[in-house]
Amino acid sequence: MSDSTNEKRNERDDVSTQPTERVTVSSLASVADRASRDPRDPRPAGADLEARGVHAWFGAHHALADINLSFSAGTVTALIGPSGCGKSTFLRTLNRMHEFIPSAAMAGEVLLDGVDIYNQGIDVTKIRLKIGMVFQKPNPFPSMTIGENVLSGLKLAQIKRSNKEGLMEECLVRAGLWNEVKDRLSAHGGSLSGGQQQRLCIARALAVQPEVLLMDEPCSSLDPGSTLRIEETIRQLSESVIVVIVTHNMQQAARVSDYTGFFLSEDGPGRLIEYAPTREIFSRPKDERTEAYVTGRFG
Amino acid sequence: MVQLLDSQRPVPVPRKPWRKAPSALIPDLLIFVASLAAAEAMIMLTGFKGKLAFVLLFVLFSTVGSMVLAFHRRGATAMSNAMASSFIYLSIALVALPLLSIIFTVVSRGRHALRLNTFTQDMAATQPDSPFNQGGALHAILGTIVLVLLATAISVPIGVLTGLYLTEIKGRAEGLIRFLVQAMSGVPSIVAGLFVYAVWIVGGHGGFSGFSGAVALSILMLPTVARTAEEVLRLIPNDLREAGVALGGTQWRTVAMVVLPAARSGLITATVLGIARVAGETAPLLLTIFGTTAKHFNPFVGPMSALPLYVFQLLNTGLDIAIARAWTGALVLLVLVSVLFTLARAFGGRAKA
Repeated sequence: MSDSTNEKRNERDDVSTQPTERVTVSSLASVADRASRDPRDPRPAGADLEARGVHAWFGAHHALADINLSFSAGTVTALIGPSGCGKSTFLRTLNRMHEFIPSAAMAGEVLLDGVDIYNQGIDVTKIRLKIGMVFQKPNPFPSMTIGENVLSGLKLAQIKRSNKEGLMEECLVRAGLWNEVKDRLSAHGGSLSGGQQQRLCIARALAVQPEVLLMDEPCSSLDPGSTLRIEETIRQLSESVIVVIVTHNMQQAARVSDYTGFFLSEDGPGRLIEYAPTREIFSRPKDERTEAYVTGRFG
Repeated sequence: MVQLLDSQRPVPVPRKPWRKAPSALIPDLLIFVASLAAAEAMIMLTGFKGKLAFVLLFVLFSTVGSMVLAFHRRGATAMSNAMASSFIYLSIALVALPLLSIIFTVVSRGRHALRLNTFTQDMAATQPDSPFNQGGALHAILGTIVLVLLATAISVPIGVLTGLYLTEIKGRAEGLIRFLVQAMSGVPSIVAGLFVYAVWIVGGHGGFSGFSGAVALSILMLPTVARTAEEVLRLIPNDLREAGVALGGTQWRTVAMVVLPAARSGLITATVLGIARVAGETAPLLLTIFGTTAKHFNPFVGPMSALPLYVFQLLNTGLDIAIARAWTGALVLLVLVSVLFTLARAFGGRAKA
């Protein structure tokens, strides 16, 4: 058992060290223009998501200030920080879910493949198709069966597609749920356990083939076994999808992510304090506040 | 010593240790009987008279008795618990008794004129005081079914859309609409009838017809449906709306595919409450469908009948036989409404997990 764990550990280390060697990440977030990508970087160019000078408000409350971050294909980025530091708010600005709060306001740009998703004239539903989201609380649609839940995105967005059974199976396999539900696809989503429901929500998000998957504390209500399954899923997904995950669990951030951003709100709006490859954040953080947080001295 | 696993040990018989043993109920039963006896004794020995006094005395004695018993068993907290329980049972009885009494009265008086021909014949060729084996309420039954279906078809879509405006769109007129809906729910039914009569019938747009009646009923049904729909839509967790939108659905697709199906059972309740509001209405129908004694299917032309109107018009004759027919009409209405409710429940609950 311990041997195989070590092997996995080593593999993981390989994965997480590679980007560090290949990409020169400027000390803080702004890997602003694509020109700064290392030309030797062999990772697929693929989709590219970037936040430039993002601020967010709730009414008069300035919740988030000047976030500059970019996420490139094939990577998992973890956003960590104490409660109320604005990391979930930031995540929700990335696929325009922020605007669902009536008092919300924002400033800055969010570029998906170079186009600001807040441009007038952008079809917001298309943006959300490309940038999927998994919520903190599992929220399968109660009126639909497991199978219908997986395919619900296609129906919601009115996407025609052949071979729906194949897609359903593929998504459930990728979400690590297929073996548990393949014999009861017509049962209701609510009949699954919490961990299974969350994996169903991941499968549902994958069915519309997003380029980016945002996860807002996806494991916070799950048991360790389900958490592990979902983390494996995240690792597999990162081959084809940009994953951004907000988490309170620092071991989780260390396990699944390539890069980590540390958010903190000190008597004001939340700010990005430090952004670096995950190993560096956890082994030799540059900012003492980051160090205090990752070593558990506050937060 | 901890014994972890022993497959040799037999599986115990499942039981419910939280259930009271029957013997523990004997004191409660004694209190019940003793209270009855004491109330009866008080009636015989003192100046209290009548059924009401008997019931009040019984409630008093049994409440005090169960409180004393609870105090004896588990102390002062249990005593207040017993008192609260007694009051709750009393309230249930206060609600259930009039209801049961109404049902009992309608059934016992309505059964005299109940014949097979009640459901197969109308009153076109029958005098109100003809024998019971002639004539029936078929025209009124059909009329009520047509009216209720039409009124439902008009007011449920409008009511649900109003509810959606208040919960999903939350537009600028939200406060005004909510106020109007509340004001509408206070409209007396005769006013709804008068309104349709004055604007529609006197105004020359149409005559007495089932449709006019259905419009009048819709005015009464709409606020009930809209308010109930708003309540149930408000209960749908916001998570579901966010999930739908995050998957790339437009607001309308999300509402149609996620919110409405999730609220389905509650929306059925809204419909049932709306039907309950109007099925027994008489006053607005007097001014809009007028009433007739013959079968009449077309709701858009000519007077129709309905069960409440049938009851009202037969009662007005003052003849014993006609009054017996009226009671039968009331019984049929009662059964018809229950059937509608059951159908709505069965239809609405079908896809529930």
